[in-house]
Order: sequence, then structure tokens, then C-alpha cells
Amino acid sequence: MSTAVTEIPQESRVNYLNASYGVKSWLFTVDHKRIALLYLVSITFMFLVGGGAAVLMRIHLIEPAGALVQPETYNKLFSAHGIIMVFFFLVPSIPATLGNFLVPLMIGAKDLAFPKLNLLSWYIYVVGALFTLYAVISGGVDTGWTFYTPYSSTYAHSQVIPAAIGVFITGFSSILTGLNFIVTIHKMRAPGLTWFRLPLFIWTMYATSVIFILGTPVLAITIFLLGVERLLHVGIFDPALGGDPLLFQHLFWFYSHPAVYIMILPGMGVVSELIAAFSRKRIYGYSMVAYSTFAIAIISFLVWGHHMFVSGQSIYAGLIFSVLSFLVAIPSAIKVFNWTATLYKGSISYQAPMLYALGFIGLFTMGGLTGLFLAALATDVHLNGTYFIVAHFHYIMVGGAVMAYMGGLHYWWPKISGRMYPDMWARIAAVIIFVGFNLTFFPQFMLGYLGMPRRYAVYPPEFQVLNVMSSAGASILGIGYLIPLVYLIWSMRYGPVAPANPWGAKGLEWTVPSPPPTENFEETPIVTEEAYNYAPIPEGQHG
Amino acid sequence: MADLIAHGAAHGSASTHSPDLQHHFDNMTQQFEASNLGMWVFLATEVLFFGGLFAAYTVYRSLYLPGFEIGSHLLDVRFGAANTAVLIGSSLSMVLAIRAAQTGQRRAQVFLLVLTMILGAAFLGIKFTFEWRNDYLEHLVPGINFAYRPEWGANGPHVQMFFLFYFIMTSIHALHMIIGIGLLSVLTWMAARGRFSPEYYTPMEVSGLYWHFVDIVWIFLFPLLYLIGGRYGIGGGH
Amino acid sequence: MSSHVVPLKIYVGVFLSLLFFTGLTTGVAFIDLGPFNTVVALAIATIKMLLVVLFFMHIRSSSGLTRVVVAAGFFWLALLIAFTLSDELTRQWSPIPSGWGSGTTQSQPR
Repeated sequence: MSTAVTEIPQESRVNYLNASYGVKSWLFTVDHKRIALLYLVSITFMFLVGGGAAVLMRIHLIEPAGALVQPETYNKLFSAHGIIMVFFFLVPSIPATLGNFLVPLMIGAKDLAFPKLNLLSWYIYVVGALFTLYAVISGGVDTGWTFYTPYSSTYAHSQVIPAAIGVFITGFSSILTGLNFIVTIHKMRAPGLTWFRLPLFIWTMYATSVIFILGTPVLAITIFLLGVERLLHVGIFDPALGGDPLLFQHLFWFYSHPAVYIMILPGMGVVSELIAAFSRKRIYGYSMVAYSTFAIAIISFLVWGHHMFVSGQSIYAGLIFSVLSFLVAIPSAIKVFNWTATLYKGSISYQAPMLYALGFIGLFTMGGLTGLFLAALATDVHLNGTYFIVAHFHYIMVGGAVMAYMGGLHYWWPKISGRMYPDMWARIAAVIIFVGFNLTFFPQFMLGYLGMPRRYAVYPPEFQVLNVMSSAGASILGIGYLIPLVYLIWSMRYGPVAPANPWGAKGLEWTVPSPPPTENFEETPIVTEEAYNYAPIPEGQHG
Repeated sequence: MADLIAHGAAHGSASTHSPDLQHHFDNMTQQFEASNLGMWVFLATEVLFFGGLFAAYTVYRSLYLPGFEIGSHLLDVRFGAANTAVLIGSSLSMVLAIRAAQTGQRRAQVFLLVLTMILGAAFLGIKFTFEWRNDYLEHLVPGINFAYRPEWGANGPHVQMFFLFYFIMTSIHALHMIIGIGLLSVLTWMAARGRFSPEYYTPMEVSGLYWHFVDIVWIFLFPLLYLIGGRYGIGGGH
Repeated sequence: MSSHVVPLKIYVGVFLSLLFFTGLTTGVAFIDLGPFNTVVALAIATIKMLLVVLFFMHIRSSSGLTRVVVAAGFFWLALLIAFTLSDELTRQWSPIPSGWGSGTTQSQPR
């Protein structure tokens, strides 16, 4: 793919970036594309804060007795890392940045259904983030991102309330985004754009929005009850007063397990787009991938008890949750098979977005398979509370979701910014991230299996080698993430101007200029083709 | 790319450009349907929000039925039933207000919206000044002044659990009522200025959905809080 | 774009039915039906809810999608309650072993 400039320079064309100037035109915008950028800046900031906490943790864990901080501080570090990364980075990342930017473009609409609610959702996110950052700065919270009672409600002497308020508030940001997406996708598709002609990214945005709507409110009320108990010292979750700590866990995980699918489904949607574009081929088994998206969203609500196998939960409930947890792996596997089948006889090119997509397939598969060990009751007893869990979810969240996010950011960067980034640096960064990631987290599978507990500030000396490897990997991974930060910002000013369709990809978003005008489409498009309707690849040109 | 799409007409179908049409919608029907669907999706989130409380309540009631019965009997059924009737009346006045907009009757709209607000305020008045004040005087407010009574025996903590749920659930319900009354005051102002017509009454329809939902929550709260375990032999009250 | 105008008498009829059912549920509470008190109370509440949803909330003139949204909300709540109860109510069914190889078991204390 060449990056030759073949169009009118963007400076002489009005687009959403230069349509109006000044801080107020950004802070009071209702343009979904600008709101997407507002989110991009905020979540990148939170990613750096959460990543900073991780850096400190990995430095600390170089020594068995801890190299950097007191145990109490270590507890606050992993709590900050988890709360920030889950609620303020992973959950909003793809939906609020790429989703906000692309959903109207991909369906031929001028904006989302409720533009002002969209802006409100960003402000709510910011307020929630400020509460959480205040909690971190003013002493930190040490309960872990899971806020388990009775520690969080009764015994913790840390900033539980501000952190809980931050999470509570930010939940409403997700709810508004989900609401907007559902209504938009139902009511504002261009003529001819039937459900089974939609890009698979839209399917995942829709399914993710369903989870936002049905799950997040339960988290909100759970956090509220936690606050009531902490402030009034009444016994909702306190056994001495008849309360049940496990009730907190049920209510908490009813949201938080589907939340992990909130974090991965959008990544899967991005990967579908990337695999199709860089194989120049329709996704194999499009309908199965679409149905699997919904199956994942629905079954994800039925498995939350697998986080509670060793909590004292009834073994009968455990049996049910275990079986259902095995079931939820099936639609994910279907997707992996379909992506792989798409690659077969495709015309493959290895630009940075494709490198991220291929990395996703491998790493997500590893993370998903290790989840099966955890879904089985007997093996979970051994592995729960260890670094095996940490490695499992980081393979999915970082090896999967973050890599998909990076791939999507690179793929749509020309559309968003009107500029191309330097592809060589992008590929180098992708490889560094892949290597650093595996060096960080693969040793953690071994540590967990060997018995190192998670959330501990110290560990037995025999685990030091693996911990040092993991910390070394983390430094490489950190560098890998900083490189795109540099060249993407650089490209906004100095990158070559991008044409409307630098990748030659299919999709309505590539039919408008890069960057798009504020109203997206001059005339509402009429869709007459299936998704990913690439021309058949001539023999001899398969990648 | 030319084969992917054919450029269609710039603006959709037969509806004229109403001044209320927002620029990103094609016509008023699409806009109304989107607003309607949006409110229903929001109400689905509210079902789950209140639902978390109902789930916790269900767990504790199934574990501690005797304590919950004692607690329920300490509530005054007459106030609960009266409040239920008041809210049902307010739902009627709300739906009639929408009907007045559909039939272009401006004065009836305003009157009915104000009536709805008055009934909503009456609900809150009965709850705060009669029920909650009495509960406070009788030392039945957990976290504030809750006092176990000897006749409860070992059920003491469970009676407190009941009252905890009573206060939390009715508070959050009351908060939604207050927000609803706020919405209605804005609607009343708009209606008084002739903002609504048979062609455009979307804010009223959508606010009505919200108001009816809050009514439905109370329809379930009433039996679950006031009518546990039957009151055979006891006349209710304290 | 408006839904058709519902006749006044339907609204008033629904209102009176709701008042009737409120009185009914209050009255039934004073009769000893044992565990069925709860069943009847919830059944009546469900009928009242359906009256409000069908007639006051205009769902009869709304699209099928709206009905799916409503149904999904309640169905999901049912899932939350059912699965949570599947744990809370069955915890006492299985004894806890009191240690590896000790040979004795004890039931979970409450």
C-alpha cells in the first residue's frame, strides 16, 4: 500500500477538525467525532496513570522482600492500577473513542441519535475520573478494584468512598454511550443497510451496548450499598448483623464479569475489520461471527459465579456456573476459527494494524484457553488467587483488547487525523509490544502454577527469576507503548496527508474524505452491497 | 468505491422541515421513534438499577422471613395504600396530559401536568411527614437511631435489615420522584408557552414513560414492604 | 408521527382497575393464605404493572423492538435473582469437610 498523496491538501478543505476553533468549540461540541477525540485524550491520560502504577509494582517485585514501597502502599498501587485500567481505560477505550467516531460513519448517519447525551457522557467520565484521581492522590484505596466486603465496608482505612464515587459516576457515562449506540444502530442506518450487511464492528458495538445497559446499573447500586454500609455502619454485607459478604460479590460480579466482555467484544470487532481489510477478503462465516457476538453478550451474564468458586459459594451454584463458563468459550472459539479461515487464501499485507490483529488472535487464544483451566472447579481451587489468574486476564485484556485498540487506532488514524503515521516505526513498536508483553506475562502463568499469590507485596525467593523476567518484559512493553504516543502525535503535524481510503478498504467510513466533514455525508448513501465486498483475488496473488 | 453506494436524495421522505427536527435526523417520525426507544432503553437500565435492590431484598427476605414480617407489620398499611392510590392517580393525570397535547388542548395540558406534580408532591409529603417522621420517633431508622425491642428476640438484626431495605428502596424511589417532578415542572413551563402540539409532544411522551416507570416501581414496593406475611389478626400500624 | 389518541374512557377504566387491584391486594393481605400471600401479592402487582405498561405507556402502539427491550430488562433481573438465590439457598445443602483425612464432616453453621 503506498501512501502517495493524491488529493487536495486537507488545509484547503473544511473538515471536523478545522470547522471551528477555540477551546469552547471543543468543550461544547456535539460532533461525535470531536467527542471521540475528547475521550481519546482522557483515556490516554488515564492509561498513563494506570500504567505508571504498574511500572512501580513491577519495580517493587524485583526483590522478594519488595524493592520499592511498603506493603500498604503496594496494596494501593495494585488497586489504583486495577480501578483505573478497568473502569477508566479498558471499558471506555474502543467504544468511546473508535465507536463514537465510527458508528455514525459506518452506518451512513450524520451523528449519533443523541449528540448532547454523548457530550454529557464524556463530562460524566471526566468527573468520575477526577474523583478517582483524588482518591489516589489523597492516600489511595487498598481494597483492590473488586472492593470486596467486609474489608471495604468495615475495616479499610483508605479512600474507599471517593474511589467508589468515581466508579459509580463513570458507570453512567457507559450507560449513556450504550443507549446512544443502540438507538442509533436501530434507527439511523442508511437505506439498504440491513443488519447482515453491517460491518462486524457495528455488531460488536451493539452487543457491547447491550451489556452496558443491562450490567452497569447493577454495579451502580452495588457501589451505592457499599457506600451506605461504610458510612452508616449498618449490616448489609456484615455477617454480625445478618448480612452476607457473598451477596456483595454476586452483585459486583453480575456486572464485572460481563464487563470483561465489554472490554473484549469491541476488540473482536476491530480485529474483524482489520483481518478483512488486510486479507482483502470477506470475513469467513460472517453470520456465524455475528451470531457469536450476541451469544457472547448473552452467555456472559450467566457465568459470574466462576469468580467465587472458592469464596464459600454453594457448590451446586458452582457447578452451574462452571458448565456455563465452558459454554461461553465456544462463540469466542468460533470467531477465532473464522478469522483464521479468512486469512487462508487471502491477499495478506503486514502493515502495523495487521500485525496487531495477528497478535490479538494468538494472544487472545492463549488467554482464552487458560480461562478453561479456571472454569473447571477443581483446577480453579489451585489456581485462584495466584498469578495464573493475573496472566490469564492480562493475555486477554492486554494481549487482546489493548492490541486490538492499538490496531484500530492505527487503521483508522488516517481517517481521524487526515495524516499517515510512519509505518516502519509502527511495525517496530508493534513487535516491541508483542515481545515485551509475552516476556511480562508468560512467566506469570508459571508463577501462578507454582503457587505465587497475587496482590502480595512479597514472595518466596525461589520465584525471583521469573519475577525479574516479568519486570524486564514490563519495561520493554512500556517503551513499546510510548513509541506510538510519540509518532502519532508527530504525524498530526508532520505526517503525509492521507487520502480518503489509504488502505483500499471496503466500508462507508472510507467513502468520505480524511478527515471527514462535520456532517459526515453530503448525501445519505444508499447501500447495495454486502459488507467486505472485495473483488475476488486472482490466483497467484494470495499472501 | 462507486459500486458500493449510490448517492440518494439529500433529505428523506414526505415530512416537512418542522422547526423541531434535529439536523441529524431525516424526519420527525424517525426522531420521535429514536427518542421513544431511547427512553425505553433508559428504563431498562432503571429496571436493573432498582433490580439490584430487589435482588438483595429477595435474598434477605428468603433468609430472614420472621424478622421481615415483624418489620413489615411496623409499617402503616393505610399510608402505603393511600400513597399507592395517589401515585396511580398521578399516572392517570400524566397520561391525560399527554392526551391533551395530542388533541391540542393547551390549558388542559398545563392543568394536568400541574395536577401530576401536586399528586407527586402529596406522595412525598405523606411519606416524609407521616411515615418517616413516625419511624424516626419510634427509633426505627438504621444508622441513625435504630433500637432493638426485646419482643423481637433473636430477630433483632433482621428487623433492622428490613428497615434498611425499606429506607434505601423508598429513598431511591423518592429521589426518582423528585427528579420526575423537576422534569414535569420544565414540561409545564414548555406547555404553558404552547410548545407542544399534535405534531410534536415527544418530551411529554418520553417524560410520561419515566413517570409511569416510577409508579411501577412503587406498585412492587408496596406489597413487598407493607404486606409481608399477611396481617391477619393485626390491624397494621404500630 | 403521533400514536393514535386513546379514548378517555379506556384511561379512566385502567385507573379504576388499578385502584381496585390496590384495594384487593391490601385486603387479601389480611387473610391467612400462608405462603400464597406472597404469590398473590406479586401476581396482583404484575397485573397492575401490565396495565400501566400496556395502556399508560402506549406499548400496544409501540414497535416490537420496544417490547423486546422491556422484556429483556425484566428477564435479566430474573436471571440476577435466580442465579443469586441458587447460591444463597443451597449453601446449607452440602457439608463442609473439616480437614484433609480427618474423616469427619460438619454442616455449615448459620
